[in-house]
Amino acid sequence: MTPAPFGARLDDVVVRFGAQRRLTADGTAVKDEAGTALDGVTLDLRPGVITGVLGRNGAGKSTLLTLLAAFNRPTEGTVRVGAGDLLEDPWENPWVTANVQLVRESGDLMDDERVSETFKYYADLRPYWDADLAERLLDTFEVNPRKKPTALSRGKRSAVGATIGLAARAPLTILDEVYLGMDAPTRYAFYDEILADYAEHPRTILLSSHLVEEVERLFEDVVVLHRGKVLLAETAEEMQARGFSLTGPVAAVESLAGGRRELHRQRLGATVQVTLEGAPDGDTAAAARAAGVELGSLPLQDLFVRLTQPQQADGTSGAEVRR
Amino acid sequence: MFDGPEPIYVQIAQMIRAQVLAGELAEEEQVMSTTQFATTFRINPATAAKAFTGLVEEGVLYKRRGLGMFVAPGARERLLDSHRKAYFDDVLAPALAQADLLGISTDELVAYVLGTDGHRKPGGPTTTTEES
Repeated sequence: MTPAPFGARLDDVVVRFGAQRRLTADGTAVKDEAGTALDGVTLDLRPGVITGVLGRNGAGKSTLLTLLAAFNRPTEGTVRVGAGDLLEDPWENPWVTANVQLVRESGDLMDDERVSETFKYYADLRPYWDADLAERLLDTFEVNPRKKPTALSRGKRSAVGATIGLAARAPLTILDEVYLGMDAPTRYAFYDEILADYAEHPRTILLSSHLVEEVERLFEDVVVLHRGKVLLAETAEEMQARGFSLTGPVAAVESLAGGRRELHRQRLGATVQVTLEGAPDGDTAAAARAAGVELGSLPLQDLFVRLTQPQQADGTSGAEVRR
Repeated sequence: MFDGPEPIYVQIAQMIRAQVLAGELAEEEQVMSTTQFATTFRINPATAAKAFTGLVEEGVLYKRRGLGMFVAPGARERLLDSHRKAYFDDVLAPALAQADLLGISTDELVAYVLGTDGHRKPGGPTTTTEES
């Protein structure tokens, strides 16, 4: 039986790290400023969809995800997780924690025990654990369950983490950079397994990744975090409609581009590919065809890079998003 | 695959329509399931499902409970019909307007279409389902 997928809601969530004392080189103690990981995050995470959580290093992705799994509490604001209208505070809440599976890039494995022992632990912890799926996935990823995680390569440890994430069949499944160290064929196998199992057993999946190009089509919703704030939270379709690309001879592309804001430009000899903000006009398609210019979709990566550019991260132009 | 500027579900629907038009997907033939579609093209299953929903509303596909999606009887004919109408409106009308603008006479156009002006006759439709 497939349980109801979990959704989540965050209201004005702030997470600050405590101020830390440290010794300087001359032996005096100084107090570092408290760091802010999340700074006023208000966000709805729809139940039953795959949501991409994107952001640069230090954007607050992992902090956000640990809040949902009750590995952490907000300094201010509220976090609510649950099914349907029943949303509860996840902190020390057995119902929520049993139904939320967070896999971090570390894999959260018992290093001194065989992989099969870690799986026994999760089988007890997760009400919907599927042992057959776990076995099959390990086979797919070519991991020997009798080995200890310390004897596995980085990529294989990640594969064990991915297996736990999927086999738990948790109503809220959170995969935080689980792909680290996986080679390309393993990553693609991982994506295929996510899609296949999600289609069979619909649930809420949050997936964070820096490999935007590889994963963008898996998403139904996308959240972009930047410096502890939500820059964008919308459907992948809405995000896709924010721009388009033109590829072709330089002069023809320039004239078709008009005055649109350019997100990215790549030049190869006489051919140029530009990614532009906005939608193509009604006659752009015909004009492009006539001029030998290919009209294409917006690579999410280009939008993401533009939105999170450091020189514009002070809230002036780059991070400004037109809604 | 699906690199056009339109939403992916629109492009999937276009692909399936094209396959039905070309006869690659026969009537009453089963189309890939949402899951197969999602894993084959590595896209979110909801995206594939959205394309299928639209095609069911258009009468191109229909759902058999518990079995999956199939090409509807008469789907090809209906697509041919709507594409023929669109051909006159979207393709021929602008071409004729352009010809008018350039001062190309109807006689010249007819001669070109019939191949009586010494040009090689342009490639016509490969199949004619409705003979007049």
